[in-house]
Amino acid sequence: MDGTELSLPPGSSAGILESVSGFVKELRNAGIPVSLTENLDAVEALRHVPIEDRDAFKYALAATMVKNNAHWKTFETVFEVYFSLQGRRYQISGDGGSDETEDLLNELVGSPDSDGHGSGEGLTQEQLAEMLLRALMDGNDSMLRAIARTAVTRYAGMEPGRPVGGTYYLYRTLRQLDLESVMAKMLDRAKDANTDQSDLEERLTREEFEHRLDALRREIEAEIRRRLVADRGAEAVAKSVRKPLPEDVDFMHASREELAALRKAITPLTRKLAVRLARKRRHGRKGPLDFRSTVRHSLSYGGVPADPRFRYPRPSKPEIMVVADISGSVAAFARFTLQMVYAISSQFSRVRSFVFIDGIDEVTDYFKGTEDISAAIQRINTEADVIWVDGHSDYGHAFEVFWDKWGRDVNPKTTVLLLGDARNNYHAAQTWVLAEVAKKARHMYWLNPEPRSYWDTGDSIVGQYAAHCDGAFECRNLKQLERFVEHLG
Amino acid sequence: MTLFAPYRKDPEPVTEHSSPRFESPDSVRKGLASVAYLANEGIAGVVFLAERLGKPVLVEGPAGTGKTQLAKSVAEMTGSRLIRLQCYEGLDESKALYEWNYKKQLLRIQAERVTEAAGETWSDIEEDIFSEPFLMTRPLLEAIRAEEPVVLLIDEVDRVEVETEALLLEILSDYQVSIPELGTVAATQIPLVFLTSNNTRELSEALKRRCLFLHIDYPDLDREKEIVLTRVPGITDSLADQVVRIVRSIRGLDLKKAPSVSETLDWARTLVLLGIQSVDAATATETLNILLKYQTDIDKAAKDLAAPSSQR
Ligand SMILES: Nc1ncnc2c1ncn2[C@@H]1O[C@H](COP(=O)(O)OP(=O)(O)OP(=O)(O)O)[C@@H](O)[C@H]1O
Ligand SMILES: [Mg+2]
Repeated sequence: MDGTELSLPPGSSAGILESVSGFVKELRNAGIPVSLTENLDAVEALRHVPIEDRDAFKYALAATMVKNNAHWKTFETVFEVYFSLQGRRYQISGDGGSDETEDLLNELVGSPDSDGHGSGEGLTQEQLAEMLLRALMDGNDSMLRAIARTAVTRYAGMEPGRPVGGTYYLYRTLRQLDLESVMAKMLDRAKDANTDQSDLEERLTREEFEHRLDALRREIEAEIRRRLVADRGAEAVAKSVRKPLPEDVDFMHASREELAALRKAITPLTRKLAVRLARKRRHGRKGPLDFRSTVRHSLSYGGVPADPRFRYPRPSKPEIMVVADISGSVAAFARFTLQMVYAISSQFSRVRSFVFIDGIDEVTDYFKGTEDISAAIQRINTEADVIWVDGHSDYGHAFEVFWDKWGRDVNPKTTVLLLGDARNNYHAAQTWVLAEVAKKARHMYWLNPEPRSYWDTGDSIVGQYAAHCDGAFECRNLKQLERFVEHLG
Repeated sequence: MTLFAPYRKDPEPVTEHSSPRFESPDSVRKGLASVAYLANEGIAGVVFLAERLGKPVLVEGPAGTGKTQLAKSVAEMTGSRLIRLQCYEGLDESKALYEWNYKKQLLRIQAERVTEAAGETWSDIEEDIFSEPFLMTRPLLEAIRAEEPVVLLIDEVDRVEVETEALLLEILSDYQVSIPELGTVAATQIPLVFLTSNNTRELSEALKRRCLFLHIDYPDLDREKEIVLTRVPGITDSLADQVVRIVRSIRGLDLKKAPSVSETLDWARTLVLLGIQSVDAATATETLNILLKYQTDIDKAAKDLAAPSSQR
């Protein structure tokens, strides 16, 4: 026990409570902060929801314990793992329950028994494919759930105790179902049914089908997960599906999917940051009393200073120069940092940006006249002139050129941000450049997407550069990056 | 002299509340539907719990997804009075809770001196100027003093400063207010409280802990269609269907600001006004400016609609 011993609320079974405490433990393991009060609130909330209402049960847990929408996906996965099976054992209905259509299919295919074996002999593969196609065309959800169950039984080849992850089974099932050709068939049928579909209609139909196929994939995934839980227990499965929360995903090792999630997460984050900084700036709010103005206004109250006035101080804005390595390994990091800096560019009198690999190019203009920062970054990747010799990072050379071309623009109002892992491929470091820049600039900071423990190992020379900076920061994920950028404004 | 009706010398926090207003999450959903608010299971479930647990709800989500409307609709459904505190940067206790009308007070003192009214001592004046006629009640105090059922809407709470947030937290924890000159006012009934946030700022952990959390996202296809059918008079089922599918498609683009539910409704109303039966790419493109607010977004969506077989 972790000290959160909970008393048994009347009206709920001990089994549920036990699962809730395991569930909360796993939420915490997955990185979602759940306080003791919130845990107690959840238990209290469960007293009020009808136990057979699975949605209400789920939302009661979410509303009391998950207070950040970015954590919702993680919550859902953990919920699935902990309550999909318990659900049935403890009569939390849902997941199709016993539905007429499902009964029908079960009759057709032979009932899949509870431990997930047998069944399906009644139908040929072609018949099943045809049923699937029809169910998809009709958007028949309960039929699709039943088919997903049967497909897993037939195609996943799950064996008890086999130490294989869910992805493997998912892959096997999907390969047999061949959803790409299913999609093609669906489109054909839709066309046959309505010969004079406009382009727009056709496109909307396609998108609708894509949504249905996604739903089917998720259903298959869920079914596999349920069976894994039955086989290995919730804890083991929860552990195997655990993923970092978006704000903790490492820039350097993000998968495609994670990068997509990051791109989504960064927009609200930058918006928040911008508002926060704008507020901070305006926040000289209650400055000292403006005596003259107060007296002037007191005249309308017969000389009573009824309306005191204050001064509003306005600090001057810094100018930012971003110098970013955009070679393969650190490209994503540079992208997110630029995106963040530009999102708050109104906090600065000016932002100039320079990108390099072994050659360096100013890309400030790419950001001019467009509000679409991601499109600008796209263009930079394809158009900027950043390769000098071989396209391997050469910090020393890039810095030298920077100094020659733009060094005179650095002034006491400039804050310089240097972005990269400082892996210099054993080229000359040219640290003197940074020494010179530091002399002229107001501040200079190094941001490194690598974990601190890797710094100055192998060809990393971040220590040599950092010696001339006002600070060097580890920025491996959105959380760290945000924290740094916030201090900048 | 008791100025406040529900005045208690030694207030205890209120935990009891009268018989529950809702029977089940589903009855909340139906009740809301009867006042033209289409809720999903999550929304209905959280409103239900809020009433049962006597806890405030923190509602978060993109602009125009029905956060503010939810509080209004709950008030309408339950026949409660809606008290709204609109938050803004710089909102403070004197605008949220109560304020002594100090201009009036100053002038009163001034008048005293000028006329040199005899017999009045300073303490008379003091008692006088700290009495009800000089008190300006603001929404929070009003909600606490209310004797009839109220729904308190604290709108766009993310705009206030941290100090004001702390004040809100205090009130939402005890449902009582102490006014030094007058004593403590405690609520006789716990109001249903909704706080909305556009998430421009991270709210304090303490406030979040105190609240039930509800994220309202863009509705799914079926719910948005229901909303359109309910809120746009004279629209046909097939046009509503097309509208929400096109909107969903546009929301899938990487935009600065995706179309909100209120923009979907505006667009649908416009199409009805124009007498359009069925939307084609040209009509959609011509009316995009109702759906989208930024020129870059409009351009992007127009380009996308023109390329029919685009695969994303
Ligand atoms: N679920 C719904 N049922 C019915 N109408 C809805 C629903 N959601 C949104 N609407 C409509 O959308 C309009 C905008 O909603 P509302 O003003 O509540 O948005 P909001 O989330 O508070 O936006 P903001 O963040 O900009 O304040 C409402 O007036 C209402 O007409
Ligand atoms: Mg609102």
